[in-house]
Amino acid sequence: MAEPQSKPDPDPEPKTEATVTGQDLFGYVGIESVLDQMKRKAVKTGFEFNIMVVGQSGLGKSTLVNTLFKSKVSRKSCNPSFEEGISKTVNLQSISHVIEEKGVKMKLTVIDTPGFGDQINNLNCWEPIMKYINEQYEKYLKEEININRKRKIPDTRVHCCVYFVPPTGHCLRPLDLEFMKRLGKVVSVVPVIAKSDTLTLDERQRFKERIRQDLWTNGIKVYPQKEYDEDAEDRILNDKIREKIPFAVVGTDKEHQVNGKNVLGRKTNWGVIEVENVAHCEFANLRDLLIRSHLQDLKDVTHNIHYETYRVRRLNESNLNGIGLSASPLASMNGTAVRKESESNL
Amino acid sequence: MASTDVTRQLETNVRPLSMSGHVGFDSLPDQLVSRSTGQGFCFNILCIGETGVGKSTLMDTLFNTNFENSESTHFEPKVKLRAQTYQLQESNVQLKLTVVNTVGFGDQMNKEDSYQHVVNYIDAQFESYLQEELKIKRSLHNYHDTRIHACLYFIAPTGHSLKSLDLVTMKKLDSKVNIIPVIAKADTISKSELHKFKIKIMSELVSNGVQIYQFPIDDENVAKINTTMNSHLPFAVVGSTEEVKIGNKMVKARQYPWGVVQVENESHCDFVKLREMLICVNMEDLREQTHTRHYELYRRCKLEEMGFTDTDAENKPVSLQETYETKRQEFLFELQKREEEMRQMFVQRVKEKETELKDAERELQGKFEHLKRLHQEERVKLDEKKTMLEDEMSGFSKKKIAAELLQAQAFTGSMNIKKDKDRKNSGFM
Repeated sequence: MAEPQSKPDPDPEPKTEATVTGQDLFGYVGIESVLDQMKRKAVKTGFEFNIMVVGQSGLGKSTLVNTLFKSKVSRKSCNPSFEEGISKTVNLQSISHVIEEKGVKMKLTVIDTPGFGDQINNLNCWEPIMKYINEQYEKYLKEEININRKRKIPDTRVHCCVYFVPPTGHCLRPLDLEFMKRLGKVVSVVPVIAKSDTLTLDERQRFKERIRQDLWTNGIKVYPQKEYDEDAEDRILNDKIREKIPFAVVGTDKEHQVNGKNVLGRKTNWGVIEVENVAHCEFANLRDLLIRSHLQDLKDVTHNIHYETYRVRRLNESNLNGIGLSASPLASMNGTAVRKESESNL
Repeated sequence: MASTDVTRQLETNVRPLSMSGHVGFDSLPDQLVSRSTGQGFCFNILCIGETGVGKSTLMDTLFNTNFENSESTHFEPKVKLRAQTYQLQESNVQLKLTVVNTVGFGDQMNKEDSYQHVVNYIDAQFESYLQEELKIKRSLHNYHDTRIHACLYFIAPTGHSLKSLDLVTMKKLDSKVNIIPVIAKADTISKSELHKFKIKIMSELVSNGVQIYQFPIDDENVAKINTTMNSHLPFAVVGSTEEVKIGNKMVKARQYPWGVVQVENESHCDFVKLREMLICVNMEDLREQTHTRHYELYRRCKLEEMGFTDTDAENKPVSLQETYETKRQEFLFELQKREEEMRQMFVQRVKEKETELKDAERELQGKFEHLKRLHQEERVKLDEKKTMLEDEMSGFSKKKIAAELLQAQAFTGSMNIKKDKDRKNSGFM
């Protein structure tokens, strides 16, 4: 009694994969102009970037973000009259700005976490942060599986989480290890050594080595993760970066005169610490990594890996909450139609 | 213990901000592009047109290479689609080009469902992309996208108007794919006829409500050139892979006794315009339109057809999961019902078979009894005959004995007489 389902059956011949190499192009075709087309389209739609800064109060998170983007993007700058006190809970505050450079528009969202690690008992202080990150994934997932969905799904997922390690000079504290272990699984974590002008170069080197050792011993994966290197070129580039992390940074928004030039720096009685001078601190390396070379890569890793992991987990969960079929539900959603047909044939 | 209550202030007023120095994210488009270059691009063209109208030659000319297509026969029983994938490279850009040809289009005597095969093929590509997107463990960024990005519809150069097959096919395809109509073998039409032909075609398309692909005019960089090109549609093209010497250069051309038609000469045909528009200016837009318009439409229709909605009867948003759960319950329930039905049918059949067998058994039993009786009767008869025969035999043997006795008596009697006679005779001696 079931009507036969009209399966798309164009009766095609088997696809033949013939490889024609570049030498056989007898002349100009114009394929490479597709790169320009892509660029133009990308510039027209604009970019989005969401960065989260996590660390105890007083480590210079807001200042660093301001220095990175050379404008007052942090929440402190937006609420100048806001009295900074120790908050009783971990608040997450996100501020969005649109910044433009040479025609490229970017919607930058900075998510700040005041109150992290500030209490006496800091057990589970990462939970609000994990919750926030997962909520963003959930929002995106919901929009993606809608029937009528928007042309461009608004992306509020956290692309990068900068974790500030206090410059003790010894090793990572239990709070740091716990946090990075948990968050390394859902988001790209970039650890930095905050206020690194308190460490001499030797101390800094030793501290970094200790930190890398600790990370490796505890199995913590920070950005750039080794497993996601696509080809040899990426691996070489990322290995160089992995040798240098965590970056020791200093942030400031004040300018001073050094050798007749105006530089960003912190002035002390014993000298001026130039922020953008790679001999003084590694701020420039961090900025290059985050903005100039790996920004798109951060977004890609978030979209292709972290978001997909979340999606798989979520869809499996909702499947198990149902009847308990172990087969993939959404795939069999299309298979139910087929199964109905086969049942009727019995 | 840090309270898990989160007070979040999301400031949604997005303010523009100016920066005091060079940050460096203007390299973002370059980062984006370099990632895509590494992955390579995909472009799929569908060529629809009658056999012999010049599709393969045009593809060879367009991509400046030899795709090694043999001539197709005119005797195909129905329309087939042949897809071939090529890996092309120009400077550092890799392009995975798939050219799909319709084989046998317009050759049959009854062309009623020629377009159906094409529509099915296009839908099949959308379907496989949708399946991949709906999978739990999916790898979309590695997926080889086979959806058709551009459809070149080859119009035969009659000089009069569109054929009805053309109109019907284009009408069915305009909501599924970007259609770019081209006039094939344009060197058979003169300039004035061509102009009239183009106008006729465009007016027919408009009056029949066929939406062909319009080159986008919202981007200032290309708006001007796209608007001019839009007015030249459909492009009249000539394809050729042979080269002829003009002046001191070798150019692609077709040589006739009365002259040489140069493919790349804009006053001879619109080939250069087509190449400009298809590849150099709008390739990315074609891909984007396919993904955001045609694919989304297909997806929406498909999901709605399967019964998923975004909002249920009370206009509350329903998640895909919930709908799926209810559907699955329904389906399982129906499955159970069917199982019950089948079981009952089975039981009934068994009963029937059982009665049948019983009847057969009874019949067999009856036959057996009958045969047995016959056998008994036969036996009785035989016994009678036997006793009769035995009686006869005994009677006969008695008679035989009696007769023998008599004979013996008679003989002894005669012997006695003889003896007596002998004694008598001897007595006289």
